Parts: sequence; structure tokens; C-alpha cells
Amino acid sequence: MITAKGIGKRFANGTEALRDLSFSVAEGEFVSLLGPSGCGKSTALRLVAGLLEPDAGHLRFPHDRPEIGFVFQEPTLMPWADALTNTRLPLDLKRVARGDGNARAAAALARVGLKGFERAFPRELSGGMKMRVSLARALAAQPKLLLLDEPFAALDEITRNALGDDLLRLWKEDGLTVLFVTHSVGESSYLSQRVLVMTPRPGRIAEDIALPFGRDSRLSPATIEAQRVISGALNTAMAA
Amino acid sequence: MKRLLDIALPLIVAMLVLGAWQWAVAHWQVPVYVLPGPSAIAKAFADNFSSLMAALLSTLTVTVEAFLAACVLGITTAIAFSQSRLLERTFYPYAVILQVTPVVAIAPLILIWVGFERINLALVIIATIVAFFPILAGATLGLKSADFNLVDLTRLYGASRAQVLWRVRLPTALPYLLSGMKTAGGLALIGAVVAEFVAGSGTATGLAWRIVESGNRLEIATLFAALGLLALTGVLIFAALSLLEWLLLRRWHESALSRPS
Repeated sequence: MITAKGIGKRFANGTEALRDLSFSVAEGEFVSLLGPSGCGKSTALRLVAGLLEPDAGHLRFPHDRPEIGFVFQEPTLMPWADALTNTRLPLDLKRVARGDGNARAAAALARVGLKGFERAFPRELSGGMKMRVSLARALAAQPKLLLLDEPFAALDEITRNALGDDLLRLWKEDGLTVLFVTHSVGESSYLSQRVLVMTPRPGRIAEDIALPFGRDSRLSPATIEAQRVISGALNTAMAA
Repeated sequence: MKRLLDIALPLIVAMLVLGAWQWAVAHWQVPVYVLPGPSAIAKAFADNFSSLMAALLSTLTVTVEAFLAACVLGITTAIAFSQSRLLERTFYPYAVILQVTPVVAIAPLILIWVGFERINLALVIIATIVAFFPILAGATLGLKSADFNLVDLTRLYGASRAQVLWRVRLPTALPYLLSGMKTAGGLALIGAVVAEFVAGSGTATGLAWRIVESGNRLEIATLFAALGLLALTGVLIFAALSLLEWLLLRRWHESALSRPS
């Protein structure tokens, strides 16, 4: 689905965010990009989304850039619009007919557990519910590739776990390809099939860890073992 | 109860001040051409009701036309600035120059250029210049304040510049714009009054002219009546724009929300 080769990115202020970043993500895979704060994870995600252009290297997709859903660290909702209108935004921008757009947005809200909250404004929703609206908005356009930039970082643990489980369910139901940026070893070990561990800035991939199946809970031996492996790789990457 | 107090307290203060005023002018026998009492002002208002209302209508017409013109010009210019940094860099300093130059100083020029035969147009132009800047400044700041991530998200979905403007930038700018409009409403009235003063006798027919005329004739009670009407008009303009702000922001913006108790 995505092949990144030798990606480099330096910002106008001179900060070199990425150097020689190479990785690939197969169709239907759930891959986490894990690394310390400021290592260029979000920059890599924005490059994949096409919101930034690389200075070096290239990004390839099998065909054109696929339909993308993007979830930011903050819910990034329109405070002046209700949950349904927020969810409908990608469809409105693509000029989908209002009735069809409403039906699809309402269905997306129902899938993230927000049936009955269509007319609620963001200020009337909790942090977790706002993030669910953000997820519903990303799903409304029926993306092939879902990019998530530390979406649960600002949430409490109970909400974070519930949203993680919902994300796994939606990934399985829709056959999505997911690229998930996180700095949480626990989150990456439970959610993903593969973890790409990044070095500190300028970021590149230090280790590509394929995780075994059978991690059916956050406390299963396989998940704990995965955490141990990922933590070890992260420590090595930080020391490098 | 709180609502009632909000209305009752200023009214009680007004009654006390008016009562003390009335008592003081009677007690010290202050001549009516120096300081008339509230009862004399009320009588002057009643005696000159129709002419004062005609003058109010004239000033109000100029004010409303200038305010609407300032809104259209301010918002259009701010949108142009938001679409081109080059345009903003080039023209914003001129907007500031227009703002800081005293309108009294340029009003005579405008009157000469437009001509006394089109006095109302000249008055509207002068008042528009006074009211324009707060709307431009508010709208420009608001249009720039859109959430970068939200703008990026719209780009991701292939939004055109017009779609980003309509769906993200303009709604973000609304609270800033409305705040600018509240300032501009009062300034449009001040601009109209200043323009009438500069235009002088024989041309303008608004409240400012009634104030000048009454002063010249030592009809101080009528002067006070016109002054009161002017102040009341300013308050009503502010109240109307505050109501508009509340109606548009009440569902979502912090400034219009009441804190849960």
C-alpha cells in the first residue's frame, strides 16, 4: 500500500525532521510508528497524507494516493457545527448530496458508538466522545488508508483502551490499512501487527518488529512479551 | 433575580441622579441657558419631538448606511488579505494610516470632493472611514485564526480555497468579526456626528446639527434632549449588535455560553 524510500525532510527553520526514512506498509496491515517525542513521526504521517512534500527520497503507492482518513492528536472539530455536520465534512467537500451525506455520517457516528448524539455540539461532548466524532469523520469518506497521529494521547486510560478496542474492530470490519503514530509501547504492542521503531531526530527507522498473533488482551503473555521486545528496541534506538 | 437586578440597579441610579440634578438646579436657581433641569429637558423633548425625530432619522440613516458599507468593505478586504499575504503586506499599512488620521482633518476634503449638493453621500463616506478599521482588523485576525489542522484536513479531502474559506475560515472569524462590528457600530454613529459637525449649517439635518443650532440659540434644554437621544441611539446600536452576536454564537462560542452552576 505504501513504500517510503530514503525520505528526508528539513523545515524552513533548519530543523531536520527526517533523514533516510524507509519503510513499507502492506494492504490491510495495522502498523505503528513508535518513537520519542520530536522524532518526526507526525512529519512522516503528514508526508504519507500528502500534506507535506519530502526534500529527498520518494513515497510510492500501487496506484494513485488512496482515499485517506486522518485523525489528529486533538479532535480538530468545528466548534460551530454539530457532530453530524462535523462527520459529514469530507462528504460535503466532495460535494456528496446532503441526504446521502447525512445518512453516511449518521452511520459512521453509530459505528463509533455515538448514535443519538448527531445534533450535539463539540462543547457538549466529553474528550473521548469528541475523539470518536473525529474517528467517525475519518471513516465517513470510506478511506482505504487510515492515518492516526497519537489520537488517544490526551485521553484517560479507560477511554483510551475503549477507543483502541473500537479501532481494532473497525480495522477488522473494513479491511483498512492503518498507520498509527504513537509514543506508547503498550498501545503499539496491543493494537498493531508491526511496529516501526524510530530514532530520535532526524528520524529514521531503527527497527521493524513483526508481532506474533495471539495478543487477544492487553495483559496476555504474548502482549507482555511484545512490550518487552518493543521497549528493548526503543531503548537501543534512543541510545544510538 | 439577577436579571431583575441588572435592570433595576442602573434605573435606581438614574432616578437618584436625575432627582439630585432637578433639586440642585432649583435650589441654586441655575439659569436654564446654563444647565436646565431634567423636567425642562423633558419638556423641550416633547415640544420638539417631531423635529428631533426627523433629525434622529437623518443621523441614523447615515449611521446604518456607513456601518453596512464598512462591513462590506472590511470583510471583503479581509478576505482578500487572507488569500494573499502580498496584498496584505502591501495594503494593510494604508488601512492603518486611514485609521490613525483624524477624520476631522480629512472630512473637509471629502466634502469638497463629493460636493455639498451630495451631502449625505459625503457624510456616509466619512462615517464609513471611521467605522471601517475595527471590522477589517477583527475579520483579518479571525480569518487567520483558523485551526491549521482543520485547514490541512480540508486540503486532504481536496477542498478548494473557496470551500476552506466558507467552511472553516469564515466561521472561525465570526466571533472576531462580531466584536469588530460592535465597536464599528458605535464608531459609525460618532463618524456620522463628526461629519455633520464638519458639514456645518444649511446642509446637514441630523442630530449633530440640532446640537450646534441649539447651542447657538442658547436652547440648552433642546441641546440636552438631542444629546440624550444621541446617547440612547448609541446604546441601542450596541444592544442590537450584542443581540446579533448572542444569536449567532450562543450554541458554540465560549463568550456566549453561561458557565454551568
